Amino acid sequence: MLDLYWLPECPDWKESLAHARGAAGPWPRLVGLANRRLDFVKTNQLDHLLEDSCPEQHTNGASDTPIRLAVLGSSTVTHLPPGLRVAALRRGLRLQVYVTGYGQYRQELFDSSSALHRFHPDVVLLAMDTRHVLGQMGDDNGTGAVENALSRLAELWQKIRATFDCQLVQQTLLPIFPGIVGSNEHRLGTSRRWRVSDFNHRLRQYADSAGVDLLALDASAEQHGISAWYDDALWHRAKQEIHPLAAPMYGELTMRLVAAQRGRSSKCLVLDLDNTLWGGVIGDDGLEGIALGQGSALGEAYVEFQRWVLDQARRGVILAVCSKNDEANALLPFERHPEMLISRSDIAAFVANWGDKAANLRVIAERLNIGADALVFADDNPFERNIVRRELPHVAVPELPEDPAFYARCLADAGYFEALSVTAEDLERSRQYQANLQRETLRASATDLNGYLASLKMRLWAQSFDAVGLKRVVQLINKTNQFNLTTRRYSEAEVEAWIGNKSVLGLQFRLTDSLGDNGIISVIVGKLDDMDAKRMIIDSWLMSCRVLGRQVEITCLNILVARAKALGAAEIVGEYIPTAKNNMVREHYSKLNFLPVQEDPDGRSVWRLPLQQYAPFDTCIEVHEE
Amino acid sequence: MESPEIMEELTGIFRDVLNDESLKLTPELTAADVPQWDSFNHINIVAATEVHFGIKFKTAELEQLRNVGEFVKLIDSKQKLKHR
Repeated sequence: MLDLYWLPECPDWKESLAHARGAAGPWPRLVGLANRRLDFVKTNQLDHLLEDSCPEQHTNGASDTPIRLAVLGSSTVTHLPPGLRVAALRRGLRLQVYVTGYGQYRQELFDSSSALHRFHPDVVLLAMDTRHVLGQMGDDNGTGAVENALSRLAELWQKIRATFDCQLVQQTLLPIFPGIVGSNEHRLGTSRRWRVSDFNHRLRQYADSAGVDLLALDASAEQHGISAWYDDALWHRAKQEIHPLAAPMYGELTMRLVAAQRGRSSKCLVLDLDNTLWGGVIGDDGLEGIALGQGSALGEAYVEFQRWVLDQARRGVILAVCSKNDEANALLPFERHPEMLISRSDIAAFVANWGDKAANLRVIAERLNIGADALVFADDNPFERNIVRRELPHVAVPELPEDPAFYARCLADAGYFEALSVTAEDLERSRQYQANLQRETLRASATDLNGYLASLKMRLWAQSFDAVGLKRVVQLINKTNQFNLTTRRYSEAEVEAWIGNKSVLGLQFRLTDSLGDNGIISVIVGKLDDMDAKRMIIDSWLMSCRVLGRQVEITCLNILVARAKALGAAEIVGEYIPTAKNNMVREHYSKLNFLPVQEDPDGRSVWRLPLQQYAPFDTCIEVHEE
Repeated sequence: MESPEIMEELTGIFRDVLNDESLKLTPELTAADVPQWDSFNHINIVAATEVHFGIKFKTAELEQLRNVGEFVKLIDSKQKLKHR
């Protein structure tokens, strides 16, 4: 069954539901309930309560405006919205769902007066059933049939792209057909079973070149079995291709993609040590006594888990350790155990002491400059899990299975680290955090900050937006939450359109130093005012928190001013739009000597900087321009 | 399991799916008597019932059902088959 088994059970479901119903400001309670292990009936009940108590936009605590998601289906999909909304709620996101009329998606798309157009989606989910898509293959007996269906789909994507500025999610085909030939199904070109797998395979390339994100139902069916997703009898009864029991998982998988696109995937895996990374207690059992490595099934299971963890680190997930141990004991296996795969240098923040884990997790988040909601905490001990859940509701705490052989699968199934692309920066990240630690150590021993910064030999490379940096720039724009003045999100197409545009100044900044290359760490978008070309308005200014406190901001401003002057600007206008996460830059413009223009009651503020008498800041950073 | 017990557990399922804690089931009750019991929720009731009792209904069996009483009888017969 497609169970959300990594979420904790809710033993007093009815009471909790009743409490949430009566509560003033029920949003946090509802989010809490969504983070419980819910089947489809409970999901529908919670959705009902959500729709009753938080009607429309006014959400009492949900920080963002609602995301509008349109489901374009060819058969019955009206049972899917509750699972989608509750999966959004699980992430603290508000979601409005629109479902096109039965069999009407094409008409609604092409009719500009349709309800779909009025809805104006941020996300379009293409949820056509397998039979419908196969029906577009035509009579061709060879591979042309599959290509026919794919090019029709690609045309549809183009139409959607041209119509809405949205994230496009395409459901892969469920392998619903029984085979005709057997194991060598591919030898019968007209076999519907073969065509589905052929289609799904080719779909990957089409989706990549069109920038479409896939909802890989086929991969889930491969793991959990097609009968978990699809029931032949139900299809004939109700034309539901997705089984109602699977609707919560359908919503969960979809919202992972939507959240990832908005930078809401988790960023850091925090690991307990004893009985999580190895078997036994290092302080009690000693180096020879712990179960790790070949020779015992248990020891092998821990090695396998470490391998999965390392693979995550290599593609950009940050690793941290939070363990109740004496630090010297905790470090022992990392330094001396021959079969330990993860090394000390893979861990960006290592906290081993006897303090409470919630406090230590706060320290880890702070040290890494990320929010607590970016942490996933893996601990075998239910007591520690529960106290962390209570103290830090924003930290994701999976119910690890009792057998370590299943740890990796559990974390993978929980999907915390969903990514839509893997950039070169992702692959470099763990090394960067590690280098950061060395910098921190340097800083701790250095007596004066300027001397320390100078010793880093930093170089800032400023460059206008270009095709090479585009992916990383878009990623930064969409996932940076803390150091982000306006939190405006833009699609790849929108950013690309600025390249070569004379009235838009798009700057990307790369920072290198004696310890390594930090990659692109800051983005500024300035736009010449339509009304007054002597004013440049800073549309976006954001920076990775990894490079905080290193004079990067003032160096960027020096560069920005020079570039703005070159474009004829006499004044720069900055804007701060407060969100739940960007309080750290509230005083950004004031620190940069901008003059206040106005401050609204909601905290939004506008600032100006006359350029004529601007004196560049002194910095330790050497500037290189393209 | 006896029919009254099945009726009681089925009541819980109907209440959860139809979101109505005051709903009372009688053998004569039909979908026409309960506003929320539409074709959409009917599918959900059947799915939840299958999970709850660990049984699977045949297409033909579902097509013949006329009221709650017949549903209870059907569950009862399937349970007996299962435990034999």
